Amino acid sequence: MKNALRVLLILGLALGLAVPVLAVDELSGAGATFPYPLYSKMFDAYASETGVKVNYQGIGSSGGIKELTNKTVDFGGTDAFMSDEKIAETGADIVHIPTCLGAVVLTYNLEGSPELKISQDVLADIFLGKITSWNDDAIAALNPGVSLPDMDIVVVHRSDGSGTTNTFTVFLTKINDEWADTVGKGKTVEWPTGLGAAKNSGVAGMIKQTPGAIGYVELAYATENGMPVALIENSSGNFIKPDLMSTSLSAEGDIPEDTRVYLADTSAAEGYPITTFTWIILYKEQNYDGRTLEEAKALMDLLWWVTHDGQVHCEPLLYAPIPEKAVGSVENLLKSITYDGKPILD
Amino acid sequence: MTNKKDEKKGSRYERNESIFQWILIVSSIILLLILIGIFVTLPLNSMDSIKEFGLRFVISTDWSPQKELFGALPFIVGTLLTSFIALLFSIPFALSIALFLGEYFTHGIISTILKSAVELLAGIPSIIYGFWGIFVLVPVIRMLQIKLGIAPYGVGIFTSAVILTIMIIPYSASIGREVIQLVPNDYKEAAYSMGATRFEVIRQVILPIARSGVLAGIILSLGRALGETMAVTMLIGNVNKLPDFSVAVPEGFSLFSFNSYVTLFDNILKGFLDGVFSPSNTMASIIANEFTETTTDLQLSSIVEIGLVLFIMTLIINLIGRYIIKKTSVM
Repeated sequence: MKNALRVLLILGLALGLAVPVLAVDELSGAGATFPYPLYSKMFDAYASETGVKVNYQGIGSSGGIKELTNKTVDFGGTDAFMSDEKIAETGADIVHIPTCLGAVVLTYNLEGSPELKISQDVLADIFLGKITSWNDDAIAALNPGVSLPDMDIVVVHRSDGSGTTNTFTVFLTKINDEWADTVGKGKTVEWPTGLGAAKNSGVAGMIKQTPGAIGYVELAYATENGMPVALIENSSGNFIKPDLMSTSLSAEGDIPEDTRVYLADTSAAEGYPITTFTWIILYKEQNYDGRTLEEAKALMDLLWWVTHDGQVHCEPLLYAPIPEKAVGSVENLLKSITYDGKPILD
Repeated sequence: MTNKKDEKKGSRYERNESIFQWILIVSSIILLLILIGIFVTLPLNSMDSIKEFGLRFVISTDWSPQKELFGALPFIVGTLLTSFIALLFSIPFALSIALFLGEYFTHGIISTILKSAVELLAGIPSIIYGFWGIFVLVPVIRMLQIKLGIAPYGVGIFTSAVILTIMIIPYSASIGREVIQLVPNDYKEAAYSMGATRFEVIRQVILPIARSGVLAGIILSLGRALGETMAVTMLIGNVNKLPDFSVAVPEGFSLFSFNSYVTLFDNILKGFLDGVFSPSNTMASIIANEFTETTTDLQLSSIVEIGLVLFIMTLIINLIGRYIIKKTSVM
């Protein structure tokens, strides 16, 4: 009896020690729900191609940054890039790798799902709580052919820390002084009005179930659920429908070497004004907390695939792929990731 | 030789006995240490925000991670409102079930079915209650709100209170049933022999004797309601503001006009309904939402301080409850 127990104990220990060596077939990431539909598809395809399983949890951009800072995941996902101060606070250098471009759309729940045009001022006023009824004159003036009901507007926003919120509020801050003074921008803001729901999926769900609701979600969440999207006025005065073309056009301006830039309120005449890159964030120096070279290499192989072969998955889900002119910067960024000072990719 | 054997036996039994006692003592000490650990960790981790805000924290309505201003009042009010409204709604149901199962149908198939059903309610995971609330309860409440002429959010304090009611009924019902069943038959038979009706026996014999036990069950259910997180966070609307009970003063209000008073009364009613149905937030809910993704140390420490406030509130309510139970205890 005692001998059997002893053998079992040794076996258990052996297996326990063996597990880390066997487990480089799994990578973990957490963060933004903005690209979640895309990452789901990509990582599924990657697993069938290479056998490496990637576990990505959509917990919001703030969550992604926090998990990476705590080193509990291999990589984080965020659509609100970290500022130099924030990176300095983590005590190590963090690199942002853009994976795609996406659009933040305004979706709503009205009978008949009419296609609405919303100007920049009306948009800000709705979210400031100044326009409270769907048949308000301001909205009616923009949409002459549509019969708007006499219903309260129920604003829905994010209750968790969100890169999608950041993109939306960056846009509102740029185009509306009152918003800039009273609310400002950020992953979490003090909303003047509206209900809160967690994650893009929560906001989409709440809008779908609440008549008269309006809120902001990533494009895929609206289209996959058959919900209408609004045409938003951009800086050229055109009302643009969010789709693949208008999203790609919004990246016309200069993109810096480290790709950390806000794309909202683009100057492109036919560009949709509320778009953003979404980034995968990871440590520049991959030898930390006992990480092995194999683990770092597995991560880099994944990221190279995501930014090259994996880009084919973007368009079917209405995400725009990394623009041509940024590909060079992306490759440089990937090659800058080191293990013990030596670049992992060549 | 027999003596030696007996001695050996005796010492082995004694050893087992003392090992067993030792295990019991160690387990109790571990439990105490865990409790002390919680008691100490909470204030320790909220030191930053205690030093920054002091007592203002409990009366401030700010919650802005950008401006780094935090206050717990909206959440305290939200927690108290949802819990006490749920308690109010649950008491008639719990008491009725307790009496029904404890006095009328103590054995038999109906009793077994009902008892199992009530206990099953307690076993349903709270996130399932949240889902059910979103898909079934919220549309119903929305229809009610449209009928009453207030904003049709569907989610809010009232909806959370209703779901809490359903969740906490089993706790007070089960304990109430046990206590009512335990009322000695002598007392009941004495009352019957003096010509009391069933209702009189319940009201004047059973309930007074079972009172402290029933109250204990109610306090337990209140404790459950105060701490409930998942179901509430899905149904409360996540609006970090105080519920809006404001009453609009009617235009051209005149002290002498009857119509003015009618409009005023209407407005008071609307204000009350607006408040009860308004979306809000509770302490447990804000912790669940923001704990994993606080951006600054001050925000994390404020969240922990909200946990501390919740802990203290639960402690105080439990102490008050025990005092009430002691005072009303007859046996």
